[in-house]
Amino acid sequence: MIALSARGLSKTYVMGEIKIDALRAVDLDLYEGELVVLLGPSGSGKSTLLNILGGLDVPTAGTVTFRGADIIGSSEAALTGYRRDHVGFVFQFYNLIPSLTARENVALVTEISRDPFSPEDALGLVGLEARLDHFPAQLSGGEQQRVAIARAIAKRPDILLCDEPTGALDSETGLLVLEALERVNKELHTTTAVITHNAIIADMADRTFHFADGRIARTVINDHKRAAREMSW
Amino acid sequence: MVIKVSPLGRKLLRDLWRLKMQVLAIALVIASGVALLIMALTSGEALRETTNAYYERYGFADVFASVKRAPERLMEKISRIPGVKRAESRIVHIVTVDISHFAEPATARVVSLPSSGVASLNNIALRKGRRPKRERVDEAVIGERFAVAHQLEIGDRILVLLNGRQRPVFIVGVALAPEFIYVIAPGGIMPDDQRFGVIWMNRDALAGAFDMEEAFNDVSISLTRGTDAEPVIDKLDALLERYGTVGAFARDRQISNRFVQNEIDQAATMAVVLPAIFMAVAAFLTNMIMTRLIATEREEIGLFKAFGYSNASIAWHYVKMVLAIAVLGIAAGFGLGSWLGQFMLQMYGENFQFPFLIYRPSPQSFAIAALVSVAATLLGSMTAVRAAVILPPAEAMRPPAPPTYHRSWFSKTKMANAVDAPTRMIFRRLARWPVSAALSMFGIALSLSVLLLALQWDDAINEMVDDFFFRSHHQDATISLFAAAPARVLHDISALPGVMSVEGQRIVAARIGHAHVVRRQAIVGVTGEATLVPVHDVSRGAIAIPREGVVISSTLADVLGVSYGDAVKLEILEGRRPTGEIRVVDIIETYIDTPIYMHLDALSRVMRESRQMNTVHVRIDATRRHLFLAALKETPRLSAVSFRKAGVQMFRDTVEKNIMVFIGFYTIFSCLLAFGVIYNTLRIALSERGRELATLRVLGFSRAEVSYILLGESGVLVLVALPVGIICGILLSGYIAEQFSTELFRVPLLIKDATAGIAAIGVVLTVSLCALIVRRRLDQLDLIEVLKTRE
Repeated sequence: MIALSARGLSKTYVMGEIKIDALRAVDLDLYEGELVVLLGPSGSGKSTLLNILGGLDVPTAGTVTFRGADIIGSSEAALTGYRRDHVGFVFQFYNLIPSLTARENVALVTEISRDPFSPEDALGLVGLEARLDHFPAQLSGGEQQRVAIARAIAKRPDILLCDEPTGALDSETGLLVLEALERVNKELHTTTAVITHNAIIADMADRTFHFADGRIARTVINDHKRAAREMSW
Repeated sequence: MVIKVSPLGRKLLRDLWRLKMQVLAIALVIASGVALLIMALTSGEALRETTNAYYERYGFADVFASVKRAPERLMEKISRIPGVKRAESRIVHIVTVDISHFAEPATARVVSLPSSGVASLNNIALRKGRRPKRERVDEAVIGERFAVAHQLEIGDRILVLLNGRQRPVFIVGVALAPEFIYVIAPGGIMPDDQRFGVIWMNRDALAGAFDMEEAFNDVSISLTRGTDAEPVIDKLDALLERYGTVGAFARDRQISNRFVQNEIDQAATMAVVLPAIFMAVAAFLTNMIMTRLIATEREEIGLFKAFGYSNASIAWHYVKMVLAIAVLGIAAGFGLGSWLGQFMLQMYGENFQFPFLIYRPSPQSFAIAALVSVAATLLGSMTAVRAAVILPPAEAMRPPAPPTYHRSWFSKTKMANAVDAPTRMIFRRLARWPVSAALSMFGIALSLSVLLLALQWDDAINEMVDDFFFRSHHQDATISLFAAAPARVLHDISALPGVMSVEGQRIVAARIGHAHVVRRQAIVGVTGEATLVPVHDVSRGAIAIPREGVVISSTLADVLGVSYGDAVKLEILEGRRPTGEIRVVDIIETYIDTPIYMHLDALSRVMRESRQMNTVHVRIDATRRHLFLAALKETPRLSAVSFRKAGVQMFRDTVEKNIMVFIGFYTIFSCLLAFGVIYNTLRIALSERGRELATLRVLGFSRAEVSYILLGESGVLVLVALPVGIICGILLSGYIAEQFSTELFRVPLLIKDATAGIAAIGVVLTVSLCALIVRRRLDQLDLIEVLKTRE
C-alpha cells in the first residue's frame, strides 16, 4: 500500500538573478510501514523533498498524494490539518519548548490530536519513563531528541519525517535515538523517512534513496536490514 | 563629497532600519516626554516673562490697601514709610452699569485716573482711543474684554450708577492694566466679561460723585528694591486704621496676580510629574530593546572582539544606537514641544489679559529636555551595553545556555492539570522572567494612569460645578447691596416683580488668625433658616449653622493649623472693627474658596449692631425675569447682581474649553505610551520565541493557536495592568489635584466608573492595534528556516 506518493516534484528557488533547482522532477512512493533513508550531500534536495512531503513547503511543479488526496494546492488551514493529523516531525536540533517538561512537550501534541497515546506511554516507547518531569535544559542531547521522537509519534502519525535526527549527537547517543525510531517503526508500523549524511544508517532501512543535484540518483533496496544496536560508526 | 562609513557604522544604520518600528515606538515615547517637558517649561517661562515685563512696564504696585475714606494729606505720611518708593492714591468703587441691548445690569470696578498726568503705579495700557480729557467728568476708558463682550466702541455711551445716581458716560478709550490680568468680580469664581468689567474715569469725576474731594479710598505702593513688604504693611495698616481699612496686602494676595502665579506654579508641576513618567518608560523600553539586540548579536560581538575591536568601541557602537533613538525622539519632541508651548501661551492669552505676549524660549529649556532624555535612555541601556562589554569572546561564539525552568508548586496541583500546554507556556514564561513581565505590565499600567488622569478632569470639573452651582446654591440671582441694611431690606426686594423667595446674608471683611498665621477672609453671616444658600459641605450637604462660634473650611483650617474646638482670633475690618476670640464649632469641605460662616445673630452680636444684611439671594419666576431685571436697573442701593445660571455657563465655557484640549493631548500621549510599551514587548517576545512558535506551527498548530501563545502573554499583562493602572491613575490624579489645589480652587478627586472604563478600553484598543500588527508578522514566520538553525 502506498502511503505517500510524489510525482514530478520540482522546486526552484529564485534568489535575485540566480535560479537554484533544488528538486528536479522527482518521483517517489513511500509504502506503508516501511523505513526509508534519504542519503546525499548538502544541497542535494533531501530536505526540500521532506519539507514538501510534510506540508511545510510547496513545490514549483508536481503533485503529492496522501492516501489518494492531493495535498499540493491545499489551503494553509488544510496543510495545518494535514501536519496535525498525519505527520510527525523530528528535527536535528530537537526544537523542544524549553518552558515545558518532557511530559508537557508531548502533551502539547496529544492535546490537539484525535487518538493519541498518553504522553507517559509515548515517552515509555523511547525509554524515558523516568524523565517525565524534566525540563529540556535538564536532559542530555540524546534524551532531548528522544523526547522529540515521543512528541512526534504520540499522535500515532501515518508518516514520521526525521531530518538529521542524529546530526547533533555523538554515536552512542545517536544509536539510542535510532533504536527508538526503529522500535516505533516496527511496533506502530509508522511509515518513516530519515534524512542523514551518515551512510551507515542506511543499513537499518528497507530502502535507501541516494540524492544528487536535486534528483534521486539511485534507489537501493535493502534485503538484509540490520538492527540499530548492531551498527556503529 | 564621499562620506566614509565604517563597517560598524553601516551595521548601526542597518540595525536601526531593521528595527525601525521599535525604534520609532521608543522615539515617540521620548518625543512625548520631551514635548510635555518643553511645553511646561517654555510656557511657564513665557508666562513669567510676560507677566514680569508687563508689571515692570506699567508699574504694578507691590502693596495694596483700601479704606472707607482717608484724607489726601495722609499720602505724605505713607510716602515716608521706610522702604516705600512711591505711593499713589485712587478712588475705586464697584458700580452698576446699564448697557442698552443687555438685559441684566452689569457690574464694574470703576478706578480713578489722575486728572492730570499719568499714574506711575498700576498704569493702564491703552489699546484704543485716548485717556479722558482733563476737565471731562463724563469720559471713560473701559476694559478691553468688557468692550469686546458688549461690542462697545469709542464714542458709545453707557449708563453708570455712581453713588446712586445714573450718569451717562462716553467711551473714549479701551485699555488693559497689570492689576487686571485676571478680572474677576468680588465673590465671583470665574471671569465673566459680560457681567463684570473695569472702567477708568478721571479722579475729579469720581471725587465729585463719591464725595471724595481731597480724599481717597485706595492706595498703591511700590517698594524700593529688596524691601520686605510685611513691615511696610504693618505701618500702613497703623496709618490707615482709623480710616476704615480692611487691611493692606502684598502682591501675593492680589487676586489677579494670584491667579497668574498659580498658573506659573502649575506649569512647573507639570514639568516634573508627567515627563518623568514618559522618561522612565523610555528608559525601560531602551533597556528592553538593547538587551534583546545584544543577546541576538552575541556571536557577532564575539567575532568583533576576536577581530580586535576594543571593548570601548563595541560599547560605543551600542551607545550610538541608543543615542540615535534618543536624538530622534528629542528632535520630534523639540518641534512638538515648541508648538505646544506656543499653543499654551496662546491659551494663557485667552484666559488672562495681556497687552503683549513674550515667547522667547531660552535654550535652557531645550537643553534640559535633551539632557533628561539622553540620561534616561543611557541609563536604561547601561546593563545591556555592559553585558556586551564583559562578554569574553570565546564564550560569545557559543550559544547561550538554554534558560532553565522550574516547576512551581502550582503546576503540581490538580488544578494545573486542567490547563493546556500553550497556556502553561504563557505562565511559565511570565514566571521565569517576572521582573521584565512586571516592568512591561507597569509600563502599560502607567499609560492607563496617564489616560485616566486626562479623562478624570472632566469628571472632577463636573463635580465642582454640580457641588457649587447645584447642590450648595439654589438661588437664581444674588444681589449685593452698597451698604449693609436692616433686615427689612428683604421685604423691599421681595416686592420686586418676579421675586418668589428671598434670603439675606451679612458678609463682612475680616482677618482670622491662629498662632502666627493670619488670613484675610470674609465672614458670611447666615440665618438659621437658610435654604437657598445654606452652609454646605461637599459630602455632608446642607449644614445647620450653629448659634455660636465659627464654621470654617478645612483648607483654611489647615492653613491656620486649627482643628475642631480651637479658638481663633477674629478681627472684623468693618463697622466698629471689633476683635476677639471665637471657637471653631465645625469644619467643612468645600471645592471653591475658603469660606467662614457664622450665625447671623452671632455675627451681629460680635459687630455690636442690629441684624443687618448686605447680600440677598433671590429666586425668580422665570416668566417674569425681564421685569425683575428692568426693576433692578432702577434700584439705587445695589452694587452688583450675579446670576447662577450665567455663572454655570461661564464656568463651563471657560474651563471645559481648556480641559477638552488637554484631554485630547493627553489621550494621544498616553496612547503613544501604551503603543511604545506593548509593541516593543510583543516584538521582543516574537523575536525571542519565533523559533518556538514556528516549531509549533510545524507540529500542526494553527496560526490562531500560535497567536494565542504570543498574544496571550500580553493579554495576561494587560489584564493585570488594568487594575494596577486604575489604582496608579487614582494616585496620579490625586497627586496632580493636590499640586493644583489652591486656596481658591480644589479640584476634587472623583473618577466615575465609566471614565475608568473608557480609559481601560482606550488602552485595550491600543494593545489590540499592536497585537494586529504583530500578528501579521507572526503569520509570515518562516517555518523551514527555524528547523535548520540552532538557537
